Amino acid sequence: MSDPRGTEPSNVSSTVLGADEIILNMGPQHPSTHGVLRVKLKLDGERVVDSECIIGYLHRGVEKIAEHRSYQQFAPYVDRMDYVAAVSNGLGYCEAVEKLLGTEAPIRARVVRTILTELQRIASHLLWLGTHALDIGALTPVFYCFREREEILKIFEKYCGARLTTHAFRIGGLQYETYDGFEQDVKRFCEDFDHKIDEYETLLTENRIWVGRTKGVGILSAADAIALGVTGPVLRASGVKWDLRKAMPYAAYDQYKFEIPIRETGDTFDRYVVRMEEMRQSRLICLQAAESIPAGPIMARIGKVLKPPPGEVYHSIEAPKGELGYYIVSDGTTQPYRVRVRPPSFINLQAFDKMARGSLVADVVAIIGTIDIVLGEVDR
Amino acid sequence: MANDPSEKDPVSKPPASGAEEKPIAQKPAELSQTAAPADPPKSSDAPAPKPPAPAATTPSAPAAAPKAPAPPAKEAPPKPLPLDNELVQKLKARFGDAIREATLDRKQAIVTIAADQLREISRYCRDEEKFDMLVDLTAVDWPKRERRFDVILILYSFAKNERVRLKAHAGETEPVPSVCEIWPAANWLERECYDMFGIVFEGHPDLKRILMPDEWQGYPLRKDYDILKQDTDWVRENLGIESGQ
Amino acid sequence: MSHLLPPSILRLVLPVFYAVVIVAVLPLLAGYIVLVERKVMADMQARLGPMRVGPHGLLQPIADAVKLLLKEDIIPDKADRLLFWLAPLVSVTMALLAYAALPIGPAFQIADLNIGLLFILAVSSLGIYGIVLGGWASNSHYSLLGALRSAAQLVSYETAAGLGLISALLLAGSLSMKDIVIAQYDQGIWFIFYVPIGFFIYMVGSIAETNRAPFDLPEAESELVAGYMTEYSGFRWSLYFLAEYANMIIVAGIATTLFLGGWLRPFASSHTALPGTSIELLDALPSLLVLGVALYCFYLAPKQPVKIQKMVMAMAGGLCLIIAGVLAGALFASPAVLQGIHGAFWFLAKVFTYIYFFLWFRFTFPRYRFDQLMRLGWRFLIPLALVNLIATATALLATREWGGSLLLYTLLADAVTLAVAIFLAKNDEVDSAVPVMDGE
Repeated sequence: MSDPRGTEPSNVSSTVLGADEIILNMGPQHPSTHGVLRVKLKLDGERVVDSECIIGYLHRGVEKIAEHRSYQQFAPYVDRMDYVAAVSNGLGYCEAVEKLLGTEAPIRARVVRTILTELQRIASHLLWLGTHALDIGALTPVFYCFREREEILKIFEKYCGARLTTHAFRIGGLQYETYDGFEQDVKRFCEDFDHKIDEYETLLTENRIWVGRTKGVGILSAADAIALGVTGPVLRASGVKWDLRKAMPYAAYDQYKFEIPIRETGDTFDRYVVRMEEMRQSRLICLQAAESIPAGPIMARIGKVLKPPPGEVYHSIEAPKGELGYYIVSDGTTQPYRVRVRPPSFINLQAFDKMARGSLVADVVAIIGTIDIVLGEVDR
Repeated sequence: MANDPSEKDPVSKPPASGAEEKPIAQKPAELSQTAAPADPPKSSDAPAPKPPAPAATTPSAPAAAPKAPAPPAKEAPPKPLPLDNELVQKLKARFGDAIREATLDRKQAIVTIAADQLREISRYCRDEEKFDMLVDLTAVDWPKRERRFDVILILYSFAKNERVRLKAHAGETEPVPSVCEIWPAANWLERECYDMFGIVFEGHPDLKRILMPDEWQGYPLRKDYDILKQDTDWVRENLGIESGQ
Repeated sequence: MSHLLPPSILRLVLPVFYAVVIVAVLPLLAGYIVLVERKVMADMQARLGPMRVGPHGLLQPIADAVKLLLKEDIIPDKADRLLFWLAPLVSVTMALLAYAALPIGPAFQIADLNIGLLFILAVSSLGIYGIVLGGWASNSHYSLLGALRSAAQLVSYETAAGLGLISALLLAGSLSMKDIVIAQYDQGIWFIFYVPIGFFIYMVGSIAETNRAPFDLPEAESELVAGYMTEYSGFRWSLYFLAEYANMIIVAGIATTLFLGGWLRPFASSHTALPGTSIELLDALPSLLVLGVALYCFYLAPKQPVKIQKMVMAMAGGLCLIIAGVLAGALFASPAVLQGIHGAFWFLAKVFTYIYFFLWFRFTFPRYRFDQLMRLGWRFLIPLALVNLIATATALLATREWGGSLLLYTLLADAVTLAVAIFLAKNDEVDSAVPVMDGE
């Protein structure tokens, strides 16, 4: 497992070009870099010789802000990192602080959290699917995806009043009881959603152009993926059967049956298939969980002022994009001494160069899409 | 074998949860400021907490019994528990004094090591102990300490399904060995540490700022960098505005 | 008019009149094709599309045109100003020039050249200079890549499309656009039934030639921002836009003329008059169709939310009513007038059907990658077109030598070509399974 990138520095920044080479600057304003990612490509014709990601255009100093807010005050900020999966961010942070406090949310809260987080996973994957298809030139799936995502956002809105940056959970449990008909809404969505996935698959999975554009593009081997710290669907598409929901269960995942879909090749098509299957599995989890939400309190007794004992904790969850970790150091005061976010998008994006070298410009957008990055999380 | 049994074994979690809650309730009462990071960097051998606890933890370690760590936790020592499991023993046998301290905080293993041995210990952890993934690499700033930075590596082993945290102290001016060649994932993470804290990683292929602009002066995540502070010159020059909120 | 002016002057005046009509109407037509495109796209994507400007967005194209004309005209600092200025003009001029030989009805043709088809193909291919020059003059990498892609793509697909056309030319035996239609009238069948595969090849080729999805690589939005048009804005940009839609109508016109019977109505060769009159049943169809549209507009008009929208909707209905009236009135006029007006109706109807397919493909398929595009062109379409050509020629020869129905022979030829197509597709699948990583 030697360094797959080689130790020589990336030479995009150097001005020495081969006779046929040009440097193409993609972004930060570009239709398919999914935000303000900037990629410098060194091209030989249309073939990528070298690449370099330049990030930081959306850096807001979230980790610095955390050191100046109380534990509860910081919770809404985490929603603004991966803003298309705000619920997952909130879950990771709340659980990490709970761990730091040495408490745990009541079982009812954990089950509701599980449902909302899985819905969020579906919503995040839908957004990914739509934009990924759009990048590859299929104009239509994005609208179907947003149609279903809208249903999920409606459930969020009914539950906590917000659609995107939800701040749905609180440290210690939930602030709000579920509304009347929550279970029915979730079940109705899950039942309809089954056919909808088939609908997307008819548009894409068997389509010759889609297969041609994704098969064999951006291959990442399992060894490379692990060495580069890649997690989430990207890792699973490379053939590593590893999902934190199974490996180190949190919330209420140990109570439900689901599969971890994996594929072998680790190309863009595999990542597509893995994510499609994950949506199906998430749907199953939601169905199981909505079937029987246990009664009971929704908030642990933690008091209004949180003063975790000094020490540190690392807690991570399986966010839609990979392992989302929070490393929190407490000095015994009401404000965290240090909050470090382990952002899956940031670390997965590191694999971009590995995947993109030797491919064509058209593949570059497919690869950016398939890593599924959100720049709010990459730059924090 | 299991540093972190409650995280490892899904089945054990629900029954154990009740037992886990109790010790925590006692903890805040006895809180004390001496967390691991506050230790003076040179005190290489394990400090005070070591003598009382090993008796409780050592037998539990190889057996990997899920409930084993709970009893010592109940006795509720105020400071993180010393840790002395198989991994730590092997590390100590191999690297001796370079393993400064091993503790268990919230049932998570932390091994404090000497910074100059970081690369060797990392390589050993990856090759021999199968910690094949570098989950995260970050730093914490303790400005009052003699060597102000903690460089923290969170490692994960797929084979054992467990995490371990390596911690190395580093002074403001002394470079830390880069682990890029061991885990390529460290590339950007080390750049971020450099960007935010100014920690120099020796042997990094391309150490430059990553999130902040290249010409930015100052390291934002240091404790002495005020939250309203900016590089006023950079802002004036590049954004054409006077610095301010 | 023929009564008013001597024929010698008429021969000069009439083409000028037609040319002015085409140049005046075309931008409007392009604008409304865009509206239809957006509406169809919206329908396929479970949404409404433009609804704000006018009822159901009917005035949207006008608003768009005004917006484009008022936009700031930007020329990049480092651009080659002359070429940057010239390039869109080249594109749009060539696109418009090609209309000179397009027969929009038996009478409505600017010039019936004896090499009409060659002229159209040649001139519309020159439009590529506009794209290449524009891409080069912009001095931007995106534009340059777009222009290079466009050049390579046009060369590859022009060949395939041309070979597809030749199969129809064999049947017609003439290059004059008018004669090709008349040949279909004489043989009593549209050539698409003789050479369906030739039509298919031309269709694919023409989509690629006009840079439409799934072959829109030169302007691939998600990769090259807007390809060769990246640096253009305002009026210049709209010229490129106009050229693109004008080219769409041109290729649709060629396909209509060669494969779909041009201005001929369905069953043009059979004449069954309504009892008691000289009006043929099928001739009444256009006016009835348009009348239906008019009635639908009137039905919708009161349902519009705002008064002005009610009025515009009613006006649209009235316009349709007038067209229906003209079409119906033609039934009672001299045969020449009837042919002229109804011919234009059928021709445009076929052209728009063809364009509808363009739109449909655009919303359905992802975009090809460049190497795949080239592979499809050179390793599938061109061999297939050659086989199709040989098979069609053989069928023609067989009819001439041994007699019998040409349709039967061409059916056989098509079956052979189809088998080859399946073989080629299978072969291609095997090849493309190997990822192309280094060196072409």
